[in-house]
Amino acid sequence: MTTTDSNLVGFPLRRPGQPYPPAEYEGLRKREGLVRSTLPTGAPVWLVTRHEEVRAVLTDPRISSNPSHPGFPRPAKTGGVPAQDQVPGWFVALDPPEHTRFRKTLIPEFTVRRIREMRPVIQAIVDERIDAMLAGGNSADLISDFALPVPSLVISRLLGVPKADCDFFEAQTRVLVTLTSTDGQREAATKALLRYLNRLIALKTKRPGDDLMSRLLADGKLTPQELSGVGMLLLIAGHETTANNIGLGAVTLLMNPQWIGDDRAVEELLRYYSVADLVAFRVAVEDVEIGGQLIKAGEGIVPLVAAANHDETVFECPHQFDPSRSARHHVAFGYGVHQCLGQNLVRVEMELAYRSLFERIPTLELAVPVEELPLKYDGVLFGLHALPVRW
Amino acid sequence: MVRISVDIDSCIGAGQCVLSAPEVFDQDDDGIVMVLDGEPAEPVAEDVRLAGRICPSQAITVHED
Repeated sequence: MTTTDSNLVGFPLRRPGQPYPPAEYEGLRKREGLVRSTLPTGAPVWLVTRHEEVRAVLTDPRISSNPSHPGFPRPAKTGGVPAQDQVPGWFVALDPPEHTRFRKTLIPEFTVRRIREMRPVIQAIVDERIDAMLAGGNSADLISDFALPVPSLVISRLLGVPKADCDFFEAQTRVLVTLTSTDGQREAATKALLRYLNRLIALKTKRPGDDLMSRLLADGKLTPQELSGVGMLLLIAGHETTANNIGLGAVTLLMNPQWIGDDRAVEELLRYYSVADLVAFRVAVEDVEIGGQLIKAGEGIVPLVAAANHDETVFECPHQFDPSRSARHHVAFGYGVHQCLGQNLVRVEMELAYRSLFERIPTLELAVPVEELPLKYDGVLFGLHALPVRW
Repeated sequence: MVRISVDIDSCIGAGQCVLSAPEVFDQDDDGIVMVLDGEPAEPVAEDVRLAGRICPSQAITVHED
């Protein structure tokens, strides 16, 4: 049996009072088959909420990530995944085998070993930001002063983007990841970012550095045009998601101080918040059956990774924040060939950020009650708009 | 005992196996999975089973012999 909810609450669902995955997900997981819902665009879509079925959707070759297929869903009235004619090289919007060329070209830059080698660089960036906070008095906004600049500076360093340009790409990214941005605003931000990346590529062609963009240029597997799209994707993906994770995780650790200093908290935080709940939009390109439900070719599918990561048949007491559990099989980074390329970088950034933050500022505390923290409901990614702290 | 087989063409270099069982898996210079020990003993076998279960491209098969 299929339940149709034409008014299943506008996306994203509210999280009243606390930044946990929406309570409605529990009910949705218990339904038979998939859940028929409507996006704010008016488009009907299949919601997938259980762990096993989310993994099935994300690995089925009959289900596509390419927005040029008819019926591909968009999260809001504007925006969504750009197609190749808008941003060439935006390879998360490609299926194999086209996707494979991009992914294989980029893998060497993000291996576990390469990321491990970056630890001293990441640590230095974390330390600099903490120095700046301490020099600024005894209070701060942990989002704008720490959670956002740390990953921005790290991804800039990795790509070879000058530090001084972080503010520029942070501002453009904010437009692209805000659900309420207009088409005009998005177009302008996309153009500005691509123009910037093209200039950067011209610069790296003349004067190569020890950075990802220079290496990929020399490697020649991607065209300069594709490389600017890849650079834009990495810049955006590299700082927004991590910033949200660092912020939400800091709150959680302040509320559960017994887990401060335990690196296992990182994996549990990734599972617990699943900030990229509304990212993996898909469309069926052939008829396919998932969870006993026939999905017809051309129908949109939204696998909800936060719902899957709170599936009580897979994670015991899922709403409990418990770093001692084994959470590695979560799907916070997605699953299938599109699983987050930068996941090992995110893990290291979170680990070093928390460790240094609580070691160096042991008296850190929230400056407002947790209920008053401004939750990000207008974003593609879940997070906090601000996190006032003091020490 | 467990036996491991990998499909290097499917590997997408996420590195989940290296995090799960670093004694058994590594990534080559291209970031593709390498098996350092094809027949690991317990208790490492448990980590290998996890690696097989979470590999995002299902490139790792763990055979129980």
